[in-house]
Amino acid sequence: MTAPAQLDRPEADEDISPDLPWVTIVWNDPVNLMSYVTFVLMEVFGYPREQAQAMMLDVHEKGRAVVSSGTREQMENDVSRLHARGLWATVQQD
Amino acid sequence: MRFKRTRKGVEARLEPIEASLLAQCAHELLELLGEAEEISDDPLAAMVGLLSGPIEAPDDPALARLLPDAYGDDPEAAKDFRRYTEPDLRAGKRATATTALAQLAPLVETGGKLLLDRDQAAAWLGWLNDIRLVLGTRLDVTEDMEELDPDDPREPALQVYGWLGWVQESLLACLEPRSLA
Repeated sequence: MTAPAQLDRPEADEDISPDLPWVTIVWNDPVNLMSYVTFVLMEVFGYPREQAQAMMLDVHEKGRAVVSSGTREQMENDVSRLHARGLWATVQQD
Repeated sequence: MRFKRTRKGVEARLEPIEASLLAQCAHELLELLGEAEEISDDPLAAMVGLLSGPIEAPDDPALARLLPDAYGDDPEAAKDFRRYTEPDLRAGKRATATTALAQLAPLVETGGKLLLDRDQAAAWLGWLNDIRLVLGTRLDVTEDMEELDPDDPREPALQVYGWLGWVQESLLACLEPRSLA
Protein backbone atom coordinates (compact mmCIF):
# COMPACT_ATOMS: atom_id res chain seq x y z
CA MET A 1 0.00 0.00 0.00
CA THR A 2 1.06 3.51 -0.46
CA ALA A 3 0.57 6.82 1.30
CA PRO A 4 2.26 9.04 3.77
CA ALA A 5 0.69 8.13 7.09
CA GLN A 6 0.98 9.68 10.50
CA LEU A 7 -1.07 7.25 12.46
CA ASP A 8 -1.10 6.31 16.08
CA ARG A 9 -0.77 2.59 16.08
CA PRO A 10 -3.68 1.06 17.98
CA GLU A 11 -3.43 -2.38 19.52
CA ALA A 12 -4.24 -4.93 16.86
CA ASP A 13 -7.48 -6.67 17.62
CA GLU A 14 -6.66 -10.36 17.60
CA ASP A 15 -10.14 -11.36 18.65
CA ILE A 16 -10.85 -13.76 15.83
CA SER A 17 -13.13 -16.55 16.97
CA PRO A 18 -10.93 -19.66 17.33
CA ASP A 19 -13.62 -22.21 16.52
CA LEU A 20 -14.31 -20.93 13.02
CA PRO A 21 -11.83 -22.59 10.72
CA TRP A 22 -11.99 -20.43 7.56
CA VAL A 23 -10.39 -17.03 7.25
CA THR A 24 -10.28 -14.15 4.78
CA ILE A 25 -6.80 -12.75 4.22
CA VAL A 26 -5.95 -9.39 2.69
CA TRP A 27 -2.53 -9.19 1.02
CA ASN A 28 -0.32 -6.17 0.65
CA ASP A 29 -0.05 -4.56 -2.76
CA PRO A 30 1.82 -1.45 -3.86
CA VAL A 31 -1.15 0.39 -5.36
CA ASN A 32 -4.03 0.60 -2.88
CA LEU A 33 -3.90 3.69 -0.70
CA MET A 34 -3.66 3.00 3.02
CA SER A 35 -6.61 5.31 3.63
CA TYR A 36 -8.61 3.39 1.03
CA VAL A 37 -7.90 -0.02 2.58
CA THR A 38 -9.01 1.30 5.98
CA PHE A 39 -12.16 2.76 4.41
CA VAL A 40 -13.04 -0.54 2.71
CA LEU A 41 -12.52 -2.59 5.89
CA MET A 42 -14.80 -0.20 7.78
CA GLU A 43 -17.51 -0.36 5.13
CA VAL A 44 -17.43 -4.06 4.34
CA PHE A 45 -17.12 -5.35 7.91
CA GLY A 46 -18.41 -2.43 9.94
CA TYR A 47 -15.17 -2.33 11.95
CA PRO A 48 -14.46 0.79 14.00
CA ARG A 49 -11.72 2.97 12.52
CA GLU A 50 -9.08 1.89 15.07
CA GLN A 51 -9.57 -1.79 14.31
CA ALA A 52 -9.63 -1.25 10.55
CA GLN A 53 -6.45 0.83 10.75
CA ALA A 54 -4.70 -1.83 12.83
CA MET A 55 -5.59 -4.46 10.23
CA MET A 56 -4.50 -2.17 7.40
CA LEU A 57 -1.14 -1.61 9.11
CA ASP A 58 -0.71 -5.35 9.59
CA VAL A 59 -1.28 -5.81 5.87
CA HIS A 60 1.19 -3.04 5.11
CA GLU A 61 3.92 -4.12 7.52
CA LYS A 62 3.57 -7.91 7.58
CA GLY A 63 2.39 -8.39 4.01
CA ARG A 64 -0.97 -9.89 4.99
CA ALA A 65 -3.63 -9.90 7.68
CA VAL A 66 -6.65 -11.97 8.62
CA VAL A 67 -9.65 -9.65 8.31
CA SER A 68 -12.51 -12.03 9.04
CA SER A 69 -13.22 -15.61 10.04
CA GLY A 70 -16.24 -17.86 9.81
CA THR A 71 -17.71 -20.50 7.57
CA ARG A 72 -16.31 -21.11 4.12
CA GLU A 73 -19.42 -19.60 2.51
CA GLN A 74 -19.16 -16.46 4.63
CA MET A 75 -15.48 -16.08 3.74
CA GLU A 76 -16.18 -16.50 0.03
CA ASN A 77 -18.79 -13.79 0.32
CA ASP A 78 -16.31 -11.53 2.12
CA VAL A 79 -13.67 -12.14 -0.55
CA SER A 80 -16.15 -11.31 -3.30
CA ARG A 81 -17.01 -8.02 -1.64
CA LEU A 82 -13.31 -7.17 -1.19
CA HIS A 83 -12.53 -8.06 -4.82
CA ALA A 84 -15.38 -5.82 -5.96
CA ARG A 85 -13.54 -2.97 -4.19
CA GLY A 86 -10.11 -3.87 -5.53
CA LEU A 87 -8.49 -5.38 -2.45
CA TRP A 88 -6.34 -8.46 -3.01
CA ALA A 89 -8.04 -11.05 -0.78
CA THR A 90 -8.08 -14.83 -0.49
CA VAL A 91 -9.92 -17.52 1.47
CA GLN A 92 -8.12 -20.27 3.31
CA GLN A 93 -8.64 -22.79 6.02
CA ASP A 94 -6.91 -21.61 9.16
CA MET B 1 -9.44 18.64 -9.82
CA ARG B 2 -10.10 18.02 -6.17
CA PHE B 3 -13.22 16.64 -4.55
CA LYS B 4 -14.92 18.76 -1.91
CA ARG B 5 -17.83 18.02 0.35
CA THR B 6 -20.91 20.18 -0.21
CA ARG B 7 -24.44 20.16 1.15
CA LYS B 8 -25.62 18.30 -1.94
CA GLY B 9 -22.91 15.66 -1.82
CA VAL B 10 -19.43 15.69 -3.24
CA GLU B 11 -18.26 17.87 -6.08
CA ALA B 12 -15.20 18.58 -8.18
CA ARG B 13 -14.45 21.08 -10.92
CA LEU B 14 -12.82 19.44 -13.91
CA GLU B 15 -10.71 21.04 -16.60
CA PRO B 16 -11.46 19.67 -20.08
CA ILE B 17 -8.14 17.83 -20.11
CA GLU B 18 -8.92 16.20 -16.77
CA ALA B 19 -12.32 15.04 -17.98
CA SER B 20 -10.73 13.72 -21.21
CA LEU B 21 -8.04 11.89 -19.32
CA LEU B 22 -10.53 10.23 -16.98
CA ALA B 23 -12.82 9.34 -19.89
CA GLN B 24 -9.86 7.78 -21.67
CA CYS B 25 -9.06 5.76 -18.53
CA ALA B 26 -12.69 4.59 -18.34
CA HIS B 27 -12.60 3.54 -22.00
CA GLU B 28 -9.43 1.55 -21.48
CA LEU B 29 -10.81 -0.08 -18.36
CA LEU B 30 -13.95 -1.14 -20.24
CA GLU B 31 -11.88 -2.47 -23.09
CA LEU B 32 -9.73 -4.47 -20.69
CA LEU B 33 -12.74 -5.92 -18.87
CA GLY B 34 -14.33 -6.86 -22.19
CA GLU B 35 -17.65 -8.58 -22.51
CA ALA B 36 -18.63 -10.98 -19.77
CA GLU B 37 -17.82 -14.47 -20.92
CA GLU B 38 -21.13 -16.20 -20.60
CA ILE B 39 -20.49 -19.19 -22.79
CA SER B 40 -20.19 -22.25 -20.62
CA ASP B 41 -18.22 -25.35 -21.53
CA ASP B 42 -20.08 -27.26 -18.86
CA PRO B 43 -22.90 -28.99 -20.80
CA LEU B 44 -25.19 -29.30 -17.79
CA ALA B 45 -24.78 -25.65 -16.81
CA ALA B 46 -25.26 -24.59 -20.44
CA MET B 47 -28.38 -26.73 -20.69
CA VAL B 48 -30.05 -25.14 -17.69
CA GLY B 49 -28.80 -21.71 -18.72
CA LEU B 50 -26.66 -20.99 -15.67
CA LEU B 51 -24.39 -18.02 -15.97
CA SER B 52 -21.00 -19.61 -15.75
CA GLY B 53 -17.67 -17.93 -16.26
CA PRO B 54 -14.11 -18.87 -17.09
CA ILE B 55 -12.05 -21.00 -14.73
CA GLU B 56 -8.52 -19.77 -15.33
CA ALA B 57 -7.12 -16.47 -14.10
CA PRO B 58 -6.60 -13.94 -16.94
CA ASP B 59 -3.16 -13.94 -18.60
CA ASP B 60 -2.94 -10.17 -18.58
CA PRO B 61 -1.46 -9.22 -15.17
CA ALA B 62 -3.55 -6.03 -14.96
CA LEU B 63 -6.78 -7.92 -15.61
CA ALA B 64 -5.68 -10.66 -13.20
CA ARG B 65 -5.22 -7.97 -10.55
CA LEU B 66 -8.81 -6.77 -11.08
CA LEU B 67 -10.13 -10.35 -11.05
CA PRO B 68 -7.81 -12.17 -8.63
CA ASP B 69 -7.88 -15.80 -7.55
CA ALA B 70 -9.90 -16.25 -4.35
CA TYR B 71 -7.79 -19.21 -3.18
CA GLY B 72 -4.02 -18.81 -3.09
CA ASP B 73 -3.20 -22.38 -2.14
CA ASP B 74 -5.96 -24.40 -3.79
CA PRO B 75 -6.07 -24.08 -7.60
CA GLU B 76 -9.18 -26.29 -7.92
CA ALA B 77 -11.15 -24.21 -5.42
CA ALA B 78 -9.91 -21.04 -7.17
CA LYS B 79 -11.25 -22.31 -10.51
CA ASP B 80 -14.62 -23.26 -9.03
CA PHE B 81 -14.97 -19.93 -7.33
CA ARG B 82 -14.01 -18.02 -10.47
CA ARG B 83 -16.43 -19.98 -12.61
CA TYR B 84 -19.38 -18.84 -10.52
CA THR B 85 -18.32 -15.36 -9.46
CA GLU B 86 -16.15 -13.78 -12.13
CA PRO B 87 -19.01 -12.77 -14.48
CA ASP B 88 -20.64 -10.74 -11.68
CA LEU B 89 -17.35 -9.19 -10.60
CA ARG B 90 -16.59 -8.17 -14.18
CA ALA B 91 -20.12 -6.86 -14.73
CA GLY B 92 -19.98 -4.77 -11.55
CA LYS B 93 -16.72 -3.15 -12.55
CA ARG B 94 -18.00 -2.54 -16.06
CA ALA B 95 -21.15 -0.92 -14.69
CA THR B 96 -19.31 1.61 -12.51
CA ALA B 97 -16.89 2.52 -15.31
CA THR B 98 -19.77 2.88 -17.78
CA THR B 99 -21.63 5.19 -15.40
CA ALA B 100 -18.52 7.30 -14.83
CA LEU B 101 -18.00 7.61 -18.57
CA ALA B 102 -21.55 8.92 -18.99
CA GLN B 103 -21.01 11.44 -16.18
CA LEU B 104 -17.75 12.60 -17.77
CA ALA B 105 -19.10 12.92 -21.33
CA PRO B 106 -20.66 16.40 -20.90
CA LEU B 107 -17.42 17.70 -19.33
CA VAL B 108 -14.92 16.55 -21.95
CA GLU B 109 -15.34 19.56 -24.28
CA THR B 110 -15.82 22.38 -21.83
CA GLY B 111 -14.91 21.10 -18.40
CA GLY B 112 -17.25 21.89 -15.54
CA LYS B 113 -18.64 20.66 -12.30
CA LEU B 114 -19.10 17.02 -11.40
CA LEU B 115 -21.65 16.59 -8.63
CA LEU B 116 -22.00 13.17 -7.00
CA ASP B 117 -24.39 11.92 -4.34
CA ARG B 118 -23.15 9.46 -1.71
CA ASP B 119 -23.77 6.31 -3.78
CA GLN B 120 -22.24 7.84 -6.89
CA ALA B 121 -19.21 8.96 -4.87
CA ALA B 122 -18.75 5.42 -3.54
CA ALA B 123 -18.90 4.12 -7.10
CA TRP B 124 -16.30 6.69 -8.16
CA LEU B 125 -14.00 5.58 -5.36
CA GLY B 126 -14.23 2.06 -6.75
CA TRP B 127 -13.59 2.77 -10.40
CA LEU B 128 -10.79 5.24 -9.65
CA ASN B 129 -9.22 2.43 -7.67
CA ASP B 130 -9.69 0.01 -10.57
CA ILE B 131 -7.87 2.28 -13.02
CA ARG B 132 -5.09 2.84 -10.48
CA LEU B 133 -4.75 -0.94 -10.11
CA VAL B 134 -4.49 -1.35 -13.88
CA LEU B 135 -2.03 1.50 -14.37
CA GLY B 136 0.00 0.55 -11.30
CA THR B 137 0.28 -3.04 -12.48
CA ARG B 138 1.25 -1.98 -16.02
CA LEU B 139 3.88 0.42 -14.65
CA ASP B 140 5.12 -2.15 -12.15
CA VAL B 141 4.98 0.42 -9.35
CA THR B 142 6.48 -0.29 -5.96
CA GLU B 143 5.53 1.13 -2.58
CA ASP B 144 8.53 3.42 -2.59
CA MET B 145 8.68 5.29 -5.89
CA GLU B 146 10.83 8.10 -4.49
CA GLU B 147 13.98 6.91 -6.19
CA LEU B 148 12.57 7.09 -9.68
CA ASP B 149 15.05 8.09 -12.33
CA PRO B 150 13.76 11.23 -14.10
CA ASP B 151 14.82 9.66 -17.39
CA ASP B 152 12.59 6.66 -16.72
CA PRO B 153 10.38 6.18 -19.82
CA ARG B 154 7.45 5.52 -17.47
CA GLU B 155 7.62 9.08 -16.14
CA PRO B 156 4.62 10.58 -18.04
CA ALA B 157 2.37 7.65 -17.13
CA LEU B 158 3.61 7.78 -13.55
CA GLN B 159 2.54 11.42 -13.41
CA VAL B 160 -0.98 10.35 -14.36
CA TYR B 161 -0.84 7.52 -11.82
CA GLY B 162 0.23 9.93 -9.09
CA TRP B 163 -2.50 12.39 -10.05
CA LEU B 164 -5.16 9.65 -9.90
CA GLY B 165 -3.98 8.74 -6.40
CA TRP B 166 -4.29 12.36 -5.36
CA VAL B 167 -7.82 12.62 -6.81
CA GLN B 168 -8.84 9.40 -5.07
CA GLU B 169 -7.38 10.62 -1.78
CA SER B 170 -9.36 13.87 -2.06
CA LEU B 171 -12.55 11.88 -2.62
CA LEU B 172 -11.80 9.62 0.35
CA ALA B 173 -11.38 12.67 2.55
CA CYS B 174 -14.98 13.66 1.72
CA LEU B 175 -16.59 10.35 2.66
CA GLU B 176 -17.41 8.78 5.98
CA PRO B 177 -17.44 4.99 5.73
CA ARG B 178 -20.94 3.59 5.95
CA SER B 179 -21.05 0.11 7.38
CA LEU B 180 -22.47 -2.45 4.99
CA ALA B 181 -21.86 -5.36 7.39
